[in-house]
Amino acid sequence: MSTNSQSITPKKILVLGATSGIAEATCRIWAAQGASLFLVARNAEKLAAVAQDLKTRGASYVDTAVADLDDTDGHPQLLAHAVNSLTGMDIAYLAHGVLGDQPTAEQDFNTAAHILHTNFMAPVSLLTWLSNYCVQRHSGVLAVISSVAGDRGRKSNYLYGSSKAGLSAFLGGLRNRVDREGVTVLAIKPGPTKTAMTAGMPKSETFADADSVAESIVKAIDGRRDVLYVPFKWQPIMFVIRNIPERIFKKLNL
Amino acid sequence: MLVTMPTATQNTPELDFASSSEQVSGPAPFESWGRYPTYGAKIVPLHWQSDFPAVTAGLHNGALPVGMGRSYGDVCLLKDGNLLLTTAMNRLIEFDPETGLLTAEAGLTLAQILDFAVPRGFFLPVTPGTKYVTLGGAIANDIHGKNHHVAGTFGRHITQFELVRSDGSRRLCSPTENPDFFAATIGGLGLTGVITWATLRLKPIVSRKIDYEGIQFHGIDEFLDLTNQSKDIEYTVSWIDCASTGKNFARGVFMQGDHSAKKGDLTPSPRPKLVFPFDAPGFALNHLSVSLFNTAFFHKQIHKRVVAEQDYEPFFYPLDKVLRWNRMYGKRGLLQFQYAIPWDHAKEGTIAILHEVAKSGLASFLAVLKAFGDVPSPGMMSFPKPGITLALDFPIKPDKSFPLFQRLADMTLEFGGRLYPAKDAAMTAPQFQAFYPQWQQFARYRDPMLTSSFWERVTQNSWTGQIGI
Repeated sequence: MSTNSQSITPKKILVLGATSGIAEATCRIWAAQGASLFLVARNAEKLAAVAQDLKTRGASYVDTAVADLDDTDGHPQLLAHAVNSLTGMDIAYLAHGVLGDQPTAEQDFNTAAHILHTNFMAPVSLLTWLSNYCVQRHSGVLAVISSVAGDRGRKSNYLYGSSKAGLSAFLGGLRNRVDREGVTVLAIKPGPTKTAMTAGMPKSETFADADSVAESIVKAIDGRRDVLYVPFKWQPIMFVIRNIPERIFKKLNL
Repeated sequence: MLVTMPTATQNTPELDFASSSEQVSGPAPFESWGRYPTYGAKIVPLHWQSDFPAVTAGLHNGALPVGMGRSYGDVCLLKDGNLLLTTAMNRLIEFDPETGLLTAEAGLTLAQILDFAVPRGFFLPVTPGTKYVTLGGAIANDIHGKNHHVAGTFGRHITQFELVRSDGSRRLCSPTENPDFFAATIGGLGLTGVITWATLRLKPIVSRKIDYEGIQFHGIDEFLDLTNQSKDIEYTVSWIDCASTGKNFARGVFMQGDHSAKKGDLTPSPRPKLVFPFDAPGFALNHLSVSLFNTAFFHKQIHKRVVAEQDYEPFFYPLDKVLRWNRMYGKRGLLQFQYAIPWDHAKEGTIAILHEVAKSGLASFLAVLKAFGDVPSPGMMSFPKPGITLALDFPIKPDKSFPLFQRLADMTLEFGGRLYPAKDAAMTAPQFQAFYPQWQQFARYRDPMLTSSFWERVTQNSWTGQIGI
């Protein structure tokens, strides 16, 4: 529990995709600080387990809603309900997304469209409502998980990558519009993260663990940063990858 | 669609571990702490309490729930099988500051429990020498600590847990509800089912500090005298020099401590920063370097008696400061040997075994000696019993280590003792069955899907035949 970042009035935080690994780790830090949380996820049972954990860890208030965020028509009602429940909102944290099935998406447009809808269209819908809410109040942080994969399209995952590229571009434009209104837009680009799937593997200790990724995210939000590569080393790595000439890049197996 | 997949794949599509973890009999994706033996296996993470047995649909071969892989030998391994990795199932469920009862998912580590509990003025009722073990693993091995003589094993402080079997049945187990499954699962090496959550009774503290006292001793008689004098002290353990003979034979340092009664700091521990960076070459640990280490450790304490106030981290977890310290033993790994010999033969047995170890020249880098108390263990297969326990580390030297181990195991048996499965990679099936004559009774509670390389080894069974796949 870090007591120094404990504010007098608890932070009011809306978390979309609250059952994802990085989101859960981030929420644990906020819960220990005594934050108020509104959690949205698709699976009721998993959401209940996460909510129970965060309450036990010290969150001053936890409310939840089960929703499929692909349903963009439902967004305004869902978001209004969340903000009412929290009686305000200081931070919106968008952590939902899918990797998708790249080989199938190469053959089938519906699969591709689904990846783009979940990772790009749905966040655009959410951020449209949320940014206007924040602009009206001249405050708030919109923290959105994008990906290093959005920095350059590669054959191994260009549907996922292009959805995240679109999202990163959208966030850049949105920031350009709302920053002057007192609203912060943070694009989070995580690298390989140590999770259950990689635990025990010989090289897994070199990966970032979800807890330290989460710590960096909380710090970036508190520091009102614009873009966060996490761990930091991905910033120079992606700089190099972005600047490889296409003539060479197209021959690489990445 | 909302996120239900593991985070690594969502955000790092460039590293697709789903395919690499499907390899069986390839490079081991999961090592035990001794790094011996190494087997290929498929890792199947459990993220949620409802994942088991659903995730095992369509899997071939047997399965074994595992946690942090801190047991030394093969109780946490299953050659060519499926390892159900529980570490992502680590949520808190309930905490009552009045009673100290903490209910949490079984993949939560003791380190994570301490981070939560210490700032609230609570501590683990029993802790082993590392905090990087899971709640489920602590139950499955019915671990013990420096307070065994007053507190008994870890299982004594578990009030209830849920056990899920491969047929999908879920049982609440406690001393009064399903008491047979409760007893079989504590110390049951993960074979009776998957523990999804458990309730642990924490104990109150007012400070991180330990009132510590270290006392040098020479010989087992002095060790036994000190043990008798410190019956009311909560924590006692001794380091003992196994490399020296003659007048320095069985010299050591007796370490004892109590939680400080003086109100003090209750902040959580900082995260360790040191990671042992590479696999040390095989020659790094030899008789000379081990003797030097042991002599240095003995004389680090200049005075016969040292009294100090110490933080709980160095007192309980001196080795946790360096993550992956097992790499010091190189790629070949290390073997542990830990026995418990009951009081009637404890002294002669310990002296005989220490002589055998010193004679072998396969000196032990770390040797830990402690008296177990008479608090009964709740588990059917629990290791501790009243008497003396000695734990030794050896670097593996294939032609020498294993014959020595067989001699030591046979000596343990002669003195009426037994070995600790969590530390073992070498005992034979007849030795195990003599140490734990109740093993066949226990086997009736084993889940038909679950087995381990340890269990296959010491029962000489074959799971492929048994579960009909």
